[in-house]
Formats: sequence, structure tokens, C-alpha cells
Amino acid sequence: MNETFSGKVWVLGDDIDTDIIIPTEYLALKSVEDMKPYAFSPLRPELAGQIAPGDIIVAGKNFGCGSSREQAPEIIKALGVRCVVARSFARIFFRNAINNGLLLIENADLHDAVAEGDTVQVETNRQITHNGRSYPIASLPANLVEILEAGGLVKAMRKRNGL
Amino acid sequence: MGMTMAEKIIACAAGVDTVRAGDIQTVTLDRLMSNDGTTHLTIDMYNNDLKHPHIQDVEKLVWIVDHNMPCDSPKTAGTHKKMRDFAREHGITFYEGEGVCHQVMLEKHVRPGELIFGADSHTCAYGALGAFGTGVGCTDYLYAMVTGTSWLLVPETIRFNLTGKLPEGVYARDLILTVIGRIGANGANYMAMEFAGEGLHGLTMSDRISVCNLCVEAGAKTALMEVDDVAMDYLKARGREPKACFASDPDARFAAVYDIDLSEIRPIVAKPHFVDNVVPASECLGVKIDEAFLGSCNNGRIEDLRVGASVIKGRKVAPEVRFLVVPASREVYQQAMAEGILDTFMEAGAIVMNPNCSVCWGSCQGVIGEGETLISTGTRNFKGRAGHRDSFVYLASSATVTASAVRGEITTADLL
Repeated sequence: MNETFSGKVWVLGDDIDTDIIIPTEYLALKSVEDMKPYAFSPLRPELAGQIAPGDIIVAGKNFGCGSSREQAPEIIKALGVRCVVARSFARIFFRNAINNGLLLIENADLHDAVAEGDTVQVETNRQITHNGRSYPIASLPANLVEILEAGGLVKAMRKRNGL
Repeated sequence: MGMTMAEKIIACAAGVDTVRAGDIQTVTLDRLMSNDGTTHLTIDMYNNDLKHPHIQDVEKLVWIVDHNMPCDSPKTAGTHKKMRDFAREHGITFYEGEGVCHQVMLEKHVRPGELIFGADSHTCAYGALGAFGTGVGCTDYLYAMVTGTSWLLVPETIRFNLTGKLPEGVYARDLILTVIGRIGANGANYMAMEFAGEGLHGLTMSDRISVCNLCVEAGAKTALMEVDDVAMDYLKARGREPKACFASDPDARFAAVYDIDLSEIRPIVAKPHFVDNVVPASECLGVKIDEAFLGSCNNGRIEDLRVGASVIKGRKVAPEVRFLVVPASREVYQQAMAEGILDTFMEAGAIVMNPNCSVCWGSCQGVIGEGETLISTGTRNFKGRAGHRDSFVYLASSATVTASAVRGEITTADLL
């Protein structure tokens, strides 16, 4: 799975927790589409309305910490976010994102270099380019690539196990 | 080179002799817990997205309604009904009104040596009984439900060697908040946190659950404690036997080792809006509160209620404060009734509620409004976690929470 794409960057800080991504009070809404406008609302109520399909979130450490609510990565995907680049991801969120076909990239340095509104270019499994500088990124293990390529774990499961 | 406890449990579940941190293993799960936070999503995927929906082994599944118990709106009534109907149709073990999921699992199901997925982040609590519990989302849960298996990255282990005893008036909650403050909110990300040493043997089961439960707030994949007489007594009293009792080998490799003298732990408060934002409780004295909460899978057991009752007996809740007392399970509730503890709270002016997740997850009951402050024995203090996005949550022990309910501002029990 090697793709190249560019996107406009939204910058978030450290420890963006799942209650920030989607607060409990909106989890009772009927669908992810209904919840979408409230994404990140405790921190930046206007952000969900500003994110456009193809945009990229760049965050600090421990992105997605907190609850196992899978609506968190689903909503980020539903907003059209192409990928999330963070210094590190909390592990339950990491699994949930991959299982929903949302690309996550770990990089320690990009967060310090980008400003909101900048454009970055991502070459998956290789590097991110910003202002002429390249930031190497690790490749994902094969089992995760298979899930991402299928568009999520359920689709991969149908394909692989015929379930 | 020896193996850690986490490696041994995964090796057993993978059916291999040896695993090492960093390996990816396919494991067979022993038990699968899910609650009303996300089970309706699992059911939707099961019904709509699979070609041949089936459950690999229904005996592994335990479904528990606790997050919105009893339901608070037609919408949650709908998700509960979906869960209840599906559980009945497929013969899934199902509880509602029995208590907070992790407390119910520990009281009735978890066995040492098991590998358990729970569709809830605080599943790491099961390490108190020497089981590898880890939180997953509803898609991982579905996969495990259908195949009986999943993939796991074998975690590194951080080991905490405990010595000494907690001082009078200091609790397991102060210990784990201290640990999280020391290593940070992602200090154990992807890792196992193992607690061992002679200090462990002096901790009650309730203490151990409190410590293991909160390890996800340091990012941990799981928390583990070796099974000793205290754990075996708990298990036997409930008519269960271990699957297997594992311990780390003396030459096992740890990512880090911390030595913690329990006698040096002091009352701690985690300030808004991060669990690792901890300070000595003495630095928060005088912060006005609007609500206090004693309950949750972290701190709603009979031992915690006894501490609270001993603090509030003969005193009153401050007039401007709502004090919610929420036993973690039916077993805890009935025990507290039998001991007269609920009377003590009621006489003091507390609001005693049925076992559920309550304000700890910011729904159901007791949420706080704009600008309000809550002191809580719950699991998290994230921005907006307990209600309005512009509200404030402080985390502390049952003693500190109860003392603060009496004073109307943050204080410790020894200062009342």
C-alpha cells in the first residue's frame, strides 16, 4: 500500500482524549453523521465545521487517550480527515482507527515544525514532506496494512475468513 | 532469558512455548465482556456487515448494562432493548442493574491466567486477579466474538516493586495516582504494568482492583499482579478456580523497574483536565466544589464506602453540595445496607444511587453544569468528561472526596 497525497493541516496539542474527540453527551445520537458536528467541541467547537475532506490532523503525544469508544476514529474518518499524524497514539484508539480504515502515522518531529493551514505531502510507508524538509515514517506491520487496504477489520475479515 | 507474566499469559493463549515483547501473536480469548457503551454498534455490524454471522463460543460472552442504568432516554432504552433481545436470542450471559461491568466481572467471572477482551478501556482491572484484561473497540470485539481469536502485540512490561505499607488515611487510589503522575499519561503506552514485591501482599483485593483499573490512564495495555493468598481467598469465596497462575521469571526482561515504598505515599489529587496532573492534596485545599462523587469501578467497593462512612458519620454534607454515593455492584450495595453504611450516608444528606457508571462517564445521572466543580473517585477528569465542557473534575480517594463533601471545598479527612 503505497500512496502519495497532500493535505491542509490542522494542529492539535498533546493528550487529545476521546471525550474531546466526541463528548459522552453526543454518543446517544443516532449516527456518526449526527455526531460529526460535535467532534473536538470541548476544545474547539468550530473545528468540525472547518475541517474539509482530505485535510490532515497533526497532533502531539498520546492522541486518542481515554475511552474505547469507537465513535472517536469513526467521526474523524467521517469528517473526511485523510490521516492523523501524531507523536504517539494511545493503543486502544490506534487499534480502533486501523480497524475502521483510518490511517495513523507516528512522527516525533513534524508537530513542532508545522503551522495550522500549512500543506504537507504524505508518501505512505516512506516520508512526510513539509516546506522542503522530509520526515521519515515507519512502515506498518503487514497484518495492519491488510486491514487498512481492505477498508477496515470487518471488510478484511470478510475477505480473509469469508465471514 | 525468562518471560514476564504478560508474555506467559499470551504464550498460553497463543498455544506456543515462548513469546517476546514486540512479537505479534494470534491469541484465543478466554472471555469477552461488553457493555451498553458500544454493544449496539457490535450488534449492528454483526447483523449488517457479515456474510455468515455466528458466535464462536457463546459461553465466553458476558454483556453488562451499566453505563446508562437505568436508561435515561428513549434512545438509550432502544440501545438497551437491542442488547437485551440479542443476548436472549443467542443465550449470552447478560446483566442489567447488577453493577459496573468490571466489578461484576471480578465478582463473578474473571479467573487468573485468562486473556480477556473488554469493550471498555478499564478492562485492565482484571490484573488484580492475575488475568490479562485489555480494552478494545467494538470492531475488535466483533472479530473476537465471531472467531474466538484476535491479534496482539506482545507488550513490554514496566515493573513496580512495592515495599512497606500505606500510612493510615492513605489509600490505593493515592498510590496509583502517584504512579500515573510519575510516569505520565502515556508513560506505559502499549505496555503492561506489573505490580509485585512484599508490599503487594498487604494490599486488599479492593486496593488491587483500584490500582490495576486505573493503569489505562498511563496508557497501559494491561495491568498484572501475581496471584497470592489474598487473591486465592477472593476467588475461592466465590467458588472459582484459576485457569493458571503465572508470575514473571527472575530473569525476565523489563522495560523499566520502579521501587515504590508505600509508606511514602500521601493523599493525592489529580487536577483538571488530566489524570497525570497530580499534586499533594494539601495543594488543593480550599477549592470550592459543587458536587462530590463516591463510586465507579475504580472506587465504589465496600471498602471505599466504609472509608467514606467513617469520615461522614455524625457530620453533614455541606448545604451547597450534592454528594452522590454509588455502590459499584448489587453485592456491594447489599453489604453496605447490611452494615448500616447507606443509612450513615443518607442521614448525612448524601444521595445514594443504584449501581452504575454514573457521573464518572458524564451521562446517566449527576452530570455537572457550566462552571461547576466535581471532586470524584471516578476514573477520569478530562475536559467535559463529567458534563459541560466548561466544568472541572478533581480526582481523589474516597476519604478526600467525602471530607470535601462535608466541607464544601477540597480538604482531607484529617483536617475535618
